[in-house]
Amino acid sequence: MDIQWQALIGGMMIGVASIVFFISMRKIAGISGMVKRLITSSKSSIGDWWPLLFLIGLMLGTLIYSYFFNVEPALRQGYPKELLVASGLLVGLGTYIGNGCTSGHGVCGIGRLSKRSIVATVTFMATAVITVAVMGVLS
Amino acid sequence: MKNTATRKMIIALFCGTLFGFGLAMSQMINPDKVQGFLDIFGEWDPTLAWVMGGALLVSIPGFSLLLTKEERAQIKQGVIDSKLLIGSALFGIGWGLSGYCPGPAISVSPLIIAELMWFLVPLVTGMIIARLMLRKE
Repeated sequence: MDIQWQALIGGMMIGVASIVFFISMRKIAGISGMVKRLITSSKSSIGDWWPLLFLIGLMLGTLIYSYFFNVEPALRQGYPKELLVASGLLVGLGTYIGNGCTSGHGVCGIGRLSKRSIVATVTFMATAVITVAVMGVLS
Repeated sequence: MKNTATRKMIIALFCGTLFGFGLAMSQMINPDKVQGFLDIFGEWDPTLAWVMGGALLVSIPGFSLLLTKEERAQIKQGVIDSKLLIGSALFGIGWGLSGYCPGPAISVSPLIIAELMWFLVPLVTGMIIARLMLRKE
């Protein structure tokens, strides 16, 4: 299949997953929010562990795709560790302070026509584009 | 149906799996591809615009049908504050540095865990630092 079609259909699946999740849980399918929830909120009942199940699902879905379609996803290895560490720290700090990432603000927030999320998405897209441009100049 | 623990877990697992499948199919899990998409001033690879396009094609009409009046009013009341702007700006810098955002990084982690640990452990650490910082305010 054409890569554009794959991207479009994959994107639609992400949209469907977010909508089904909202219909059944009345919650936003934001990934950074789920990690945050796992770290911070008290888990008084077993049902409060649902974010962990969603994250396990993410891994499962990617594994199923690569297994059944026999596509080894193009994995990158040997990327500079200091860049990975700096990136992880900033993504953790930023999504916690800004309350969301590509899924929560991007897919769900824009989907809900939330002004906050539209501003957040424009902001992180802009700084990401600038960062890649600066890295391009420096390398 | 009541939101029992089992129901919540099954829904989360199902939606997570569909989400992860979509991320893999659309190539969002490939950080080179993500950085290529962000490289609009260099050798721009626009493919991933289709992913966001596809997701919004479903989520915009979906939410417009589903949101109640109260939910809409609540969304309208959202305030754009410095936390939102600073947090999002920092997240974008982090995203650009590696090409990983939280969803794809977690999705692909079983396949290259040795590499991804260098991203995911700092991510959790960053969240804990942010939590401590915000508490002090």
